[in-house]
Amino acid sequence: MTRVILALCVLIFGSTGGEIAITCGMKATGEPAQLRPRALLQFLGRALCNGWFWAGVPLMALSFYALLVLLSWEPISLVIPASALSYVVGTLGAKYILREQISPARWAGVLLVCAGVALVAAG
Amino acid sequence: MPSERRLRIKTLVMVLAMVVCANAGDLMLKRGMSQNGAVVLTAAGLAHAFRLTVTNGTIWIGIFFLTGFMVSYMTVLSWADYSYVMPAGAFGYALLTLLAVVFLHESVSPRRWVGVVLICIGVLLVGQTKPRTTELASEAVA
Repeated sequence: MTRVILALCVLIFGSTGGEIAITCGMKATGEPAQLRPRALLQFLGRALCNGWFWAGVPLMALSFYALLVLLSWEPISLVIPASALSYVVGTLGAKYILREQISPARWAGVLLVCAGVALVAAG
Repeated sequence: MPSERRLRIKTLVMVLAMVVCANAGDLMLKRGMSQNGAVVLTAAGLAHAFRLTVTNGTIWIGIFFLTGFMVSYMTVLSWADYSYVMPAGAFGYALLTLLAVVFLHESVSPRRWVGVVLICIGVLLVGQTKPRTTELASEAVA
């Protein structure tokens, strides 16, 4: 049980930390000029030169590996509901690290989504 | 087209691309890892799991879809809030359940239907908020 909780913590905090770092990198990169293959490739090239992006990748990789290990131990109906907590952790990160404005409607939506994902995945 | 409406539409298109790629990718990964069997947490066990993973075609198809997810995810995060994109992406769980009922004629438990309704209301609530509440890098410089 302890190993499952530990792996879940790595999954939740790794994915949230990685996504927040990548968001910082993407905001610094700026949006693509057009949504066409050439402009998207140039945009991805600029993003790959950003340090925040490379700070996020190892965290995401760690989280991905924790997901693979968890899926080999436990059914998906347990892994995904438990990982739904990342919606709350991610919103807290968006508020305090990315300085996004989380309105009451957005908080309510996030909490409903979190509960909904847990129920759907639990079957 | 007003910029606010254009922002909403392009955010919606990218979130849909994310949802399709993420669900297809997760499904393929689950199938591939189940084919490989349980991972043993020893040096030899991890090395064996790594070899099985990189030689499994189903896992590579999953990785292809997850790459598509990553590109659409990075693109949408360049203009929209993380706290907007992340819950909106959960619409995939509701969509999968509806597809399972319509095309596979699966029976769905009442608990799962409640979850689908909660996700839809949650996504609608988040969708009504402004997709971007922070300044873009270009705006901050200007």
